[in-house]
Amino acid sequence: MLSYTLKRIFQLIPVLLGMTFIVSMLIRAIPGNPAQVILGQQATAEAVQALTEKLGLDKPWYIQYIDYLKGILTGDLGESFRTHAPVVEEIWPYLAATVELAVFAMIIAIFIGINAGIVSAWFQNSWFDYIAMVLALVGVSMPIFWLGLLGQWGFALELNWLPTTGRESVRDPVNAITNFYIIDTIIQGEWGQLKEVIRHLILPGLSLATIPMAIIARMTRSSMLEVMRSDYIRTAKAKGQKMFFVIYKHALKNAFIPVLTIIGLQLGLLLGGAILTETIFAWPGIGRYIYDAIGFRDYPVIQSGILVVAFIFVMINLIVDLLYSFIDPRIKYD
Amino acid sequence: MEDKKVMLEVNDLQTTFFTDSGDIPAVDHVSFHVHDGEVLGIVGESGCGKSVTSLSIMGLVPNPPGKVVGGDIHFEDKNLLDLSEREMRKVRGNDIAMIFQEPMTSLNPLFTIGHQMMEAVLIHHKKKGKQYAKDRCIEMLELVELPRAKDLMDEYPHQLSGGMRQRVMIAMALICDPKVLIADEPTTALDVTTQSQILKLIKELNDRLNTALLLITHDLGVVAKTCERVIVMYSGQVIEEAPVDKLFDSPKHPYTQGLIQSVPDVRKKQDRLYSIEGNVPLPGSIHKGCRFADRCKFAFDRCFNENPEFYQTSDVQKARCFLYDKEGAVEHDKALTRS
Ligand SMILES: Nc1ncnc2c1ncn2[C@@H]1O[C@H](COP(=O)(O)OP(=O)(O)O)[C@@H](O)[C@H]1O
Ligand SMILES: [Mg+2]
Repeated sequence: MLSYTLKRIFQLIPVLLGMTFIVSMLIRAIPGNPAQVILGQQATAEAVQALTEKLGLDKPWYIQYIDYLKGILTGDLGESFRTHAPVVEEIWPYLAATVELAVFAMIIAIFIGINAGIVSAWFQNSWFDYIAMVLALVGVSMPIFWLGLLGQWGFALELNWLPTTGRESVRDPVNAITNFYIIDTIIQGEWGQLKEVIRHLILPGLSLATIPMAIIARMTRSSMLEVMRSDYIRTAKAKGQKMFFVIYKHALKNAFIPVLTIIGLQLGLLLGGAILTETIFAWPGIGRYIYDAIGFRDYPVIQSGILVVAFIFVMINLIVDLLYSFIDPRIKYD
Repeated sequence: MEDKKVMLEVNDLQTTFFTDSGDIPAVDHVSFHVHDGEVLGIVGESGCGKSVTSLSIMGLVPNPPGKVVGGDIHFEDKNLLDLSEREMRKVRGNDIAMIFQEPMTSLNPLFTIGHQMMEAVLIHHKKKGKQYAKDRCIEMLELVELPRAKDLMDEYPHQLSGGMRQRVMIAMALICDPKVLIADEPTTALDVTTQSQILKLIKELNDRLNTALLLITHDLGVVAKTCERVIVMYSGQVIEEAPVDKLFDSPKHPYTQGLIQSVPDVRKKQDRLYSIEGNVPLPGSIHKGCRFADRCKFAFDRCFNENPEFYQTSDVQKARCFLYDKEGAVEHDKALTRS
């Protein structure tokens, strides 16, 4: 198990390396010289030339790329062209904001999705089943931005129940420690702020959760229906076990294996979906960070931002694979 | 033997599947009983309603599409069909236990043997605690002659062979000292050697624990080796009931006669195996007359128009055939002279 994990981590190196290469090629395809963008249209040619040299942009692309890789190996993700701050330090608050949103959304999606799927399978062809599956179908085909705007219009503008944008109340900002605001407000005992943080999470969280929730619900339902026909389910009933345990213990553990695959995939996609959601809800996350960096041709930020997202993505996949063997004793990775 | 207490009595049981292509009376007015400590065999070809009968007793008929629509099942002054789901759960696994045909898939692949067996104890004896449950599991695993009982507790089903898994199923079924054990083709999925070992074990345990045993099989060899009394099912009905020796020596129903002739007999030299022509009609496909009439060489007009009663042919034997009605005997002779 440990050797398998190490092997898998080792295999990630070429994947991430290839990714950095592609990204470094792509950013150079964005038109515009960063020095020019930073200095503005009025800047003299000499000033632009000087800054270009200072940023190392006059060197051939492969030298720049190798320099960048050397930096990564020593844990240096480069320095922002714009703010001159090291990306490693600057990126964290944005990353934490995205992770908090994604985890919040995923918890909602998993909790509601799995339970809806189970109840639909348990009471197959009931009105609950029909309504849940119609909603799930609507859910998967709903564009996030449309859902987000709809939520803002309904719950924020019309009903005025929830805030439209941001992570916290502007009048009472959170004192960041870990940058996960739920954790920060709890350790500081700021319950009023915690309430605000959660209120801010609801709309973006729900719009981000909708698609994975719908997919998880459908997957859970079909997986449960299949498992419920198994002989070992009949055995569990024949023992005199309560239906609740037959379903939530014997059936769910088996039905969960394909659902886990879906959860892993959706969690990855969620990071991508977060960029869109962050734009609509002005969420100060990694998506926004990279998006703004593109506007400024801030190469190190773009490159390292994408690298970090990709790294998280592959780590999620690895964790999901390891979880399989944890759930299913028949899967052995050695 | 006859003065023994009746443990389980099924009267006029009717279980129907309501499907899109029509209603299938998979179990059609089935009656039988089993005594304390007795081994009752239920034989019949595949699809004749044996499993549905046993699932009806357990209250586990898949619903929808199936439903018990009539009759009663008496167990200890209760009619099981009147019990609520909650009361029925106390009976399942505790008073009446069941083992199934497929040992390979009947255990949950994701839980250890120990966990699944302890669950069976704790569902009914929560108060006695985990240590009691664990000791009881090891005791039962040793009773079914599994080696390394303690280690087995921590193993998963996929680490065991089919025969071992069936032993685990037997141990688990008997763990709460049930009064009735239903074994639905317990050896069908196993290889021949394992089959006879498991059968021997079941028989021994039945003698030792004095559990009433309902042994379902399509194999007359199994019946001959294990059962005391037998009911024969055909297309959802019981068509013959007899003590095991009578069944083999003087089968009464033409179907049973055919079945017994089709068993290869090592004592007699036979050129060709006898087999009954035609196929078992699906339950529900026949609406009138005896279900075996189409395949029966003794069939006369009445057989195609009326459903025969269950005639008492001797004080211990019954057959659902007009040959044993008074006028039937006459027709029988006519038929015999014709052929
Ligand atoms: N789930 C089901 N849906 C519809 N019909 C069923 C179902 N299960 C059993 N049946 C019907 O009941 C009949 C008896 O089945 P079963 O009791 O399993 O036979 P066996 O004697 O081989 O155990 C079958 O022929 C089939 O028509
Ligand atoms: Mg069967």
